[in-house]
Amino acid sequence: MSRADRRGATVTRYPGYIRSGIARGPGAAARIGASMKSFPVCIWLAWLSAGAVFPAGTPEAQQQDFSNVEIRTLQVTENTYMLVGAGGNITVQVGNDGVFVVDTQFAPLSDRIAAAIGELSDLPIRYIVNTHHHGDHIGGNANLRTTGNTVTGGNMPGPVPYAGGGAQVIAHENVILRLSAQTGEQAVPSTLWPTNTFFNDEKRLWFNGEGIRIIHQPRAHTDGDVIVFFRKSDVIAVGDVFSTTNYPVLDLANGGSYQGIIEALNTIVDLIIPVYGQDGGTLVIPGHGRLSGLGDVLDYREMVLVIHDRLRHMIDSGMTLEQVKAAGPTRDYDPVYGSTEGFWTTERFIEAAYASLSEQIRSEQ
Amino acid sequence: MRSVLSLTAVRAVVALAAGFLAMPAAAQVNLAGQWTGMYHEDFPDRLPGPELGDYGGLPLNDANRMRAEAWSASILSLPLYQCRVHPVDYAASFAQIRIWETVDSETQQLEAMHIQHFAWGTIRTIWMDGREHPPEYAQHTAMGFSTGEFIGQTLRVRTTHLKEGWLRRNGVARSWNATVTEHFTRREDVLTWHVYIEDPAYLEEPFFRNRDYVLNPTGRMGPYPCESVIETDMPENYFPHYLPGENPYLQEFAVNHGIPYEATRGGAATMYPEYMDTIRQMPLPEGPAQ
Ligand SMILES: [Zn+2]
Repeated sequence: MSRADRRGATVTRYPGYIRSGIARGPGAAARIGASMKSFPVCIWLAWLSAGAVFPAGTPEAQQQDFSNVEIRTLQVTENTYMLVGAGGNITVQVGNDGVFVVDTQFAPLSDRIAAAIGELSDLPIRYIVNTHHHGDHIGGNANLRTTGNTVTGGNMPGPVPYAGGGAQVIAHENVILRLSAQTGEQAVPSTLWPTNTFFNDEKRLWFNGEGIRIIHQPRAHTDGDVIVFFRKSDVIAVGDVFSTTNYPVLDLANGGSYQGIIEALNTIVDLIIPVYGQDGGTLVIPGHGRLSGLGDVLDYREMVLVIHDRLRHMIDSGMTLEQVKAAGPTRDYDPVYGSTEGFWTTERFIEAAYASLSEQIRSEQ
Repeated sequence: MRSVLSLTAVRAVVALAAGFLAMPAAAQVNLAGQWTGMYHEDFPDRLPGPELGDYGGLPLNDANRMRAEAWSASILSLPLYQCRVHPVDYAASFAQIRIWETVDSETQQLEAMHIQHFAWGTIRTIWMDGREHPPEYAQHTAMGFSTGEFIGQTLRVRTTHLKEGWLRRNGVARSWNATVTEHFTRREDVLTWHVYIEDPAYLEEPFFRNRDYVLNPTGRMGPYPCESVIETDMPENYFPHYLPGENPYLQEFAVNHGIPYEATRGGAATMYPEYMDTIRQMPLPEGPAQ
């Protein structure tokens, strides 16, 4: 036992400290090899890796080939990074306490993701946050979690190395309710579930020298969305309530709603304090697409509000879905956010938006 | 004493000659200085600002026209929109610009050029060191990411990573997918800025415009502070715009100037001189000027 061991300090609270000898254990990249072997890409991972935004996926997406996917790292601030591969963007915050990860993309990418994280820190992953339950954001939960280890201390039972069982996976309670629901479909393995859920508006942590706010966005993209605000880094990881590349994805079957997207965007806008010109200050890592500043979020919210007003007006005037589609209420934004192919087409967006706003109008009456 | 002096003089001459010899055969033009905008072109579009519903001469596509027709000037009363800066492909249209260089003091290699616009006080950097543009998922900004090179006496600049901007201040949009190519050409004390905008999302054809500046050796640029204020009470989630078909101001420009309404809708055809022949075949708007 070294002098440092006897002296305690934050690092000694983690089970990885036992394995690490005096200072540091091998980085996540070195350990993933072993853990990956026990996670063959089986059928449920295949459909979780469906590339589709919703876990149910689509048959053609199940054959998605990840062999050419490269995990690319963009430094956002001194201690935060955005990892881009396939599926939702990953946010990584590093520091003396270890690694904090938001979202995990697809299981077949875990070794590459761990290697990319290993380039940023030698310390283990302590926390993973899932912004919501979709497969392109949680698929790597089991693999990445077991490369790390969580905070222990106080009254923990058993030997230190086994106390954590990997990094904690934090999510809103609705995420685990969705993942564990009996749907008649292939069950989502419990190894992918969050290990630490909350049901109130917000969960707060202090990690790597800054306060982190995990803020629930009810009924937005789904009913389990959270945004993660790193207060000192001044970065917000927002999941799929904001994506720069597509119309808002409304997963109505899982509690999403048009109004909730507006409210989530308002929350993000309220949290941002921009520098002059709206390109710096608080930065936003979207669920999909490019690193953003206030200007980008405002442009996106503008589109969401304008289309909202048009659809509300059309529904209020008694127009059917077919009439609304024929009127082309999104034509001006289609070249930027629309799509005629893939999972979330413009047509599907209009259908979901029409349904969501119709339901809202009914509930207001 | 005399011999020492003469030796020093010889050294100076040699050094001077060596300095001349070190210059490239085609000396790179120096663009640095304070340049004052000239307004003999497109004046109404610049300082006073464009009129509502005038999209003539812009190659905008149907989607962009729909966006422009939905645009309400009340947007400028929103606190978060009051201090939005002009995008890089537009900002130099106003008043002065100041250009300076960053040069490696050891090698004298030109590393970057910088331009500050009087309008909104924005500063852009044009990298001259041959670096790559960032990946597509890097942040887009009002100034974008620019790299440049001298083609003869002309500085050519390529800009990507723009966030959404505008082609004209009456709602005609330029998307974040656009790429901008600029040429800065100096002839004596006159600088010409050519802008070529390619935007597959919102333009039928690339858009080209140019501005002229004169060198102002005694010029100083004033500050351009902007602070947002709440000007009026607004309901939550209020975003001013017109529903399709409900903008009452779209005819105004055509009526006031006696121009066929269709010609004010813009589109690639309206950029070309031959369009004057087409205009003559069109009906003039009815109703008195307001
Ligand atoms: Zn999603």
